[in-house]
Amino acid sequence: MATQYYEFKPYNVGRWIVWGFFALILFLAPKVFTSSLSVTMLSQMGIAIIACLSYNMLLGQGGMLSFGHAVYSGLGSYMAIHALNMVSKGTLPIPVSLLPIVGGFAGLGFAVLFGFVTTRKAGTPFAMITLGMAELVFAMSLMFSEFFGGEAGVSGNRVVGQPFFGISFGPSTQVYYLIAVYTFVCVALMFAFTRTPLGRILNAVRDNPERVEFIGYNTQRVRYMAFIISGFFAGIAGGLGTILFEIVTAEVVGAHRSGAYLLFTFLGGATFFFGPIIGGVLMVLASVLLSELTKAWLLYLGLIFLFMVMYAPGGIASLIMMNLRVASFGFLRKLWVSYLGLAVSALVLLLGAAVMIEMVYHLQLNAAMGPTLRFVGIDLNTQSLDHWFGAIFVLLTGLGLFELCRRHYQHDWGVIQEDIEKEIKRRETL
Amino acid sequence: MEFFIISMLNGLSYGLLLFMLSSGLTLIFSMMGVLNFAHASFYMLGAYIGYSIAQLVGFWPGLVLAPLVVGMLGGVFERLALRKVHKYGHVPELLITFGLSYIILELVQLIWGRTAVEFRPPELLQGPMFTLIHHAVEGLSLVWGAAPAELCQAADTAVRVVCSPFPATRGFMMLVAVCMLIALWLMLTRSRIGLVIQAALTHPEMAEALGHNVPRVFMLVFGAGAALAGLGGVIGGSTFVTEPAMAATVGSVIFVVVVVGGLGSLSGAFLASVLIGVIQTFAVAVDYSFITLAQQLGIELSDATKNNSVVKLTLSQVAPILPYLFLVLILIFRPKGLLGTRDE
Amino acid sequence: MSGSPDMKTAYALELKDVRKSFGKTEIIRGVNLAVQAGERVAVIGPNGAGKSTLFNLISGRFGPSSGEVLLHGQRIDGKKPYEINRMGLSRSFQITNIFPKLSVFENLRCAVLWSLGYRYTFFKFLADLEDANDRTEQLLEMIRLEKKRDVLAMNLTYAEQRALEIGITIAGGASVILLDEPTAGMSKSETARFIHLIREVTEGKTLLTVEHDMGVVFGLADKIAVVVYGEVIAFDTPEAVRANAKVQEAYLGSTVADAQAGGST
Repeated sequence: MATQYYEFKPYNVGRWIVWGFFALILFLAPKVFTSSLSVTMLSQMGIAIIACLSYNMLLGQGGMLSFGHAVYSGLGSYMAIHALNMVSKGTLPIPVSLLPIVGGFAGLGFAVLFGFVTTRKAGTPFAMITLGMAELVFAMSLMFSEFFGGEAGVSGNRVVGQPFFGISFGPSTQVYYLIAVYTFVCVALMFAFTRTPLGRILNAVRDNPERVEFIGYNTQRVRYMAFIISGFFAGIAGGLGTILFEIVTAEVVGAHRSGAYLLFTFLGGATFFFGPIIGGVLMVLASVLLSELTKAWLLYLGLIFLFMVMYAPGGIASLIMMNLRVASFGFLRKLWVSYLGLAVSALVLLLGAAVMIEMVYHLQLNAAMGPTLRFVGIDLNTQSLDHWFGAIFVLLTGLGLFELCRRHYQHDWGVIQEDIEKEIKRRETL
Repeated sequence: MEFFIISMLNGLSYGLLLFMLSSGLTLIFSMMGVLNFAHASFYMLGAYIGYSIAQLVGFWPGLVLAPLVVGMLGGVFERLALRKVHKYGHVPELLITFGLSYIILELVQLIWGRTAVEFRPPELLQGPMFTLIHHAVEGLSLVWGAAPAELCQAADTAVRVVCSPFPATRGFMMLVAVCMLIALWLMLTRSRIGLVIQAALTHPEMAEALGHNVPRVFMLVFGAGAALAGLGGVIGGSTFVTEPAMAATVGSVIFVVVVVGGLGSLSGAFLASVLIGVIQTFAVAVDYSFITLAQQLGIELSDATKNNSVVKLTLSQVAPILPYLFLVLILIFRPKGLLGTRDE
Repeated sequence: MSGSPDMKTAYALELKDVRKSFGKTEIIRGVNLAVQAGERVAVIGPNGAGKSTLFNLISGRFGPSSGEVLLHGQRIDGKKPYEINRMGLSRSFQITNIFPKLSVFENLRCAVLWSLGYRYTFFKFLADLEDANDRTEQLLEMIRLEKKRDVLAMNLTYAEQRALEIGITIAGGASVILLDEPTAGMSKSETARFIHLIREVTEGKTLLTVEHDMGVVFGLADKIAVVVYGEVIAFDTPEAVRANAKVQEAYLGSTVADAQAGGST
């Protein structure tokens, strides 16, 4: 008789706690961060989370690198805003809160259409095809102005019809809660997907597409279906964006948006389910806050991405999980000195680099404003040689210190991994 | 008639430029399995560095030095960054070149600014290489260089004379591209390093097992590919425009070219480049739309139909998306590409 | 089809004049083979004879240039691998072909899904599929990897991965199993244990296995097919093959004497 083993048994309570906690955060967030900027950012985060999770269905779960995911979220946005305008005119009697579903089905429809051609190939050709498709759609957006609204885009008004129990979606907090509900439901659905046969076979396709054919599954069909489902959720994200911004312009299907999905999903971590959630939050923080802080934000982003690919290809999520694993064996205490060293030297390095970058950017972009600029509380003068040398000195010092700390850390980490292996073997014999 | 010839030559030159770029891309891909997303960025770097060098010492030194600099940068990148992600597979390799493209774009904008710079071709190449004069009465004739004003106007104003110049820069582009092609072919087939590259193209592990320093060959090939892109950049930048957006505009087209031609096939890349180059050049110059087609067929269209944006579209407006339409068609009817060999 | 009705249904796997060329080189030069249901056939031959190519042809990795391949009387040449698999044929690979980032349990469960009727469904939870989970547990026990059920496949030892490979192959309940050098790279003791495992898990099924280890061959197989230069030069019981002059000349040579002297496992 086979032993009964329920997959979630040790974590059943944990599961409810995690999801409950998630719902709680969603509920309380705007009460803690009350400024209107915060609420808008939180709303954007909800949308970004759905978009990045839908993207990771392809990247992390299916091994499909797409350079054109914004096509589906963007087309979902466009369909949603046209639907919104129809609702305003009275030709479409659906509540505004159901508009994201319209976006979802738009995304699904286009994924069915484009995906048929796109998923014929895998790997690098697939990536190039998605790139070509994205360019195609973006170029078409400039050609067909009835649907895409030309340069000005298409705008709408989400406050439409009778308020329902006082909900008119005028105030931004109401929009936030609508987005929060959708976020919770979509995250739950996408998580559930990973627990279904198709979800698991999709993982198998990622790991070994050829073998999958020999266990009875048509690999191309699996990819196509995943593509369609991913397009559905992307469309929902797009629809929510329509409600939030009330205007849709061609950039929603543009290469920058697709690139951002890729970048931040990868940064958050494609190998764990919650990675893209981190990625979505970061995406909003970077584009709203970081871009205000410094003009060089895209450069920083590119550099961070580069280093992530080289040293932490599993993203932030994998870094967290690796350390959690170490912590679960009780060894995390041994690393804190290394981490401290790394953090301090990284800060020094960052300071030096940032000062230099900021000064160069200032020279390039704000030269008319004179040679002085203020950066993180320091007055800098681009014409002062001292400042330049100072910055270079700090940069090099930071680099040297960081390299020292990194080696020390690597050594410590290696020792700890060995200790963990020994501990595992010891437990196996019990 | 002269329109056809000039357009054909323009299209050919653009196609050859595309091939200069896609050949480097194909070489790198065939060799290392890496599709270099930053290839167009190297193109852009070549243009900007060529511009700077040209400002300092002139165009011709720039033509020689800029590709070398770009090649070196490419080699350095391969050694320091790309090599580290080889072990993670093809997706991280593509991602790292993707990140590089962002960084190069930002650095270029940082150093040279966000607007276009005036990268003028040298004195020798300014002006037309030759001019075709279509005289309504006397027919077609060719004049080297620019045609003097009086030849472009008939004494009798009722006679139509059309002067179509063919820019020297375009001619130079074709010359460099053809020379590069020949040099590449000679090197690959006749030299020792070429033989090693050919071997490593299909059997990298075997080549390494035979004692060749394959990592160093990789670095060489990546650097060479970057240098070729840089060379294309000097030429393209001086012929067309040198601006931060140039990487994006040509970037997606060359990826389409390599997929349409068949990933890993140099001859396929050549065929696809020329095809796309010629077709796009012709399309840009043609103002046909469904409306003109209907007129030619004698079909009467309602005002509403005539105002429809799809019907109103002229071929010249559609030209930018032609490569992508090509891509879709190829994928439906011939997924391996025109001359594809590797089935990835 | 030729032959009397019960002859037709008796063959689990049949190859009729199968040929395969790659470019100008003909690798498989007219193979005729008829395997009865429940037979265990060892496919032997020198390196490069075309054994793996034959397996690839049968399992659908690529199609033959000419000739027919029949599974339970139905043609499978030219069909896709998944179509052939659904019709009841499954194969393992010489180079371990598992799903590295999935756990052992997940690896096996993926392999049972289609045969149990779960297609591309995304409306049910894996945890609720009792039959799939039960069958996976059974398989785990069969291949003796219960202790490693949650270990990621890439972290298993080589022998464990080979066992998992077999597990994935038989998971779908296919009636015709092709094993491509299942004991490749194993030590003597591992091989002995592994052969025992193979016997158990392929009980009642039709088995074709490519093997180089003669001890294994003579111990496991009911019949031996000898492939040399893309042709089957002998297909008979082990004793008959041992005695076959053509075979001795082409391949076995002194190995026969060794096997006879050392005895079979």
